[in-house]
Amino acid sequence: MITKRIIPCLDVRNGRVVKGTNFQGLQDVSSPVALGKFYSDNGADELVFYDITASAEGRRLFTDILTQVAATIFIPLTVGGGINTVEDFDRVLKCGADKVSVNSGAIRDPDLVHAAARRYGDQCVVLSADVKRVEGQFRVFAKGGREDTGMEAISWIKRCVSNGAGEVVLNSIDTDGVKQGFDLEMLEAVSEAVDVPVIASGGAGCEEDFVTLFKTLPKVDAGLAASIFHFGQVKIPELKKTLRENDILVRL
Amino acid sequence: MVGIIDYGVGNLFSLQSSFGAIGEEAFVSGDPEQLAKAQRLVLPGVGAFEDAANKLRSSGLDAFVREQTAQGKPLLGICLGMQLLFEKSFEYGEHGGLGLLKGRVVPMEGRLPETLKIPHMGWNRLEVKGGKLLREAEGQYVYFVHSFFAEGCNDSLAAVTEYGIPITAAVERGNIFGCQFHPEKSGNVGLSILRTFCRL
Repeated sequence: MITKRIIPCLDVRNGRVVKGTNFQGLQDVSSPVALGKFYSDNGADELVFYDITASAEGRRLFTDILTQVAATIFIPLTVGGGINTVEDFDRVLKCGADKVSVNSGAIRDPDLVHAAARRYGDQCVVLSADVKRVEGQFRVFAKGGREDTGMEAISWIKRCVSNGAGEVVLNSIDTDGVKQGFDLEMLEAVSEAVDVPVIASGGAGCEEDFVTLFKTLPKVDAGLAASIFHFGQVKIPELKKTLRENDILVRL
Repeated sequence: MVGIIDYGVGNLFSLQSSFGAIGEEAFVSGDPEQLAKAQRLVLPGVGAFEDAANKLRSSGLDAFVREQTAQGKPLLGICLGMQLLFEKSFEYGEHGGLGLLKGRVVPMEGRLPETLKIPHMGWNRLEVKGGKLLREAEGQYVYFVHSFFAEGCNDSLAAVTEYGIPITAAVERGNIFGCQFHPEKSGNVGLSILRTFCRL
């Protein structure tokens, strides 16, 4: 059977990983290539690289870095950030990305998911949704979680999946950074609504949070996190051992 | 030297890099004259069977592959490249493949327990049935992304993976090899499979 996936996310600005790390033995902790290689050698099932650069120069730097990453790391790579057109898909896929994650770009252009899925296949298109509770409703937010779009999240996600999104990363703004566990209620609503893989993001603070996630919601396929991995609060090989001890299938 | 057959489907950058990572020279080409110089060939592939089969045919690379493999050159088909080795596929209609191996490619839809998601995407475990390519890969996890699979290929079956039902994961017959999974995306396990291919 397919294993549950553990996915570290690396935010990259001007060619460097933004959130600091404290890995012993890693000389350049903010090098996307060095950090990506570290994760790949230490049990990560997939990597997400998120480009948070605003400038065109930074974007060129990111694609250079991505090419180096793809020449060094041989596990699936998902790339997101600044994906607004099919040409953006093309740009990062040519650099060696396997999947491309769209967020605000899909909100701005409702045809983007469909157009990209037709050209590259559903399995290539990942919808990344930032969702927050507003007035008792799950609401989609744009622009890195700063702008309330007013759209109800579940129907938005369902629409994107029927347009060809092959996977959904659900990032709960309500639990993000709180480190008290994933947003199980929100994740349950989404994983019941769609039949493509759902990746939980936002809220993990310790190994137990991943155990609770996969035990409570067997339909969730993967858990994504950033700083708890970067700062070594959760070490992936140990996390996977704990998951396996709890009868959750993982690749060791 | 490994020749990666470029017939216009998908990005071959990772695949080429993965051979570089194990110290094997690999080049990407769609030119039979160049490819003929390689000691080994890799047939990659992503996307739809019909489109890929048409591109192989219209470029004349189908005849080239048949001729090279008939001379004994090792060929490794990966993902859709493995599916193309068979006689035919029932992916949206019925389409002919290279016919290097007996068997057909069929959709997962309707053949899996309904609770399982399609595509079969992620890391799954190899159950090795035989052959040389995967002799050290028993029980290892490799990365899959596909919605169709090969059946009726008992005479070449080298490994299966369990996804509600046994799914053909690798095939092998003589100098013809195929992996449904992506060795170039399967971490160190995948790289060591590619290394084995380069020594066969």
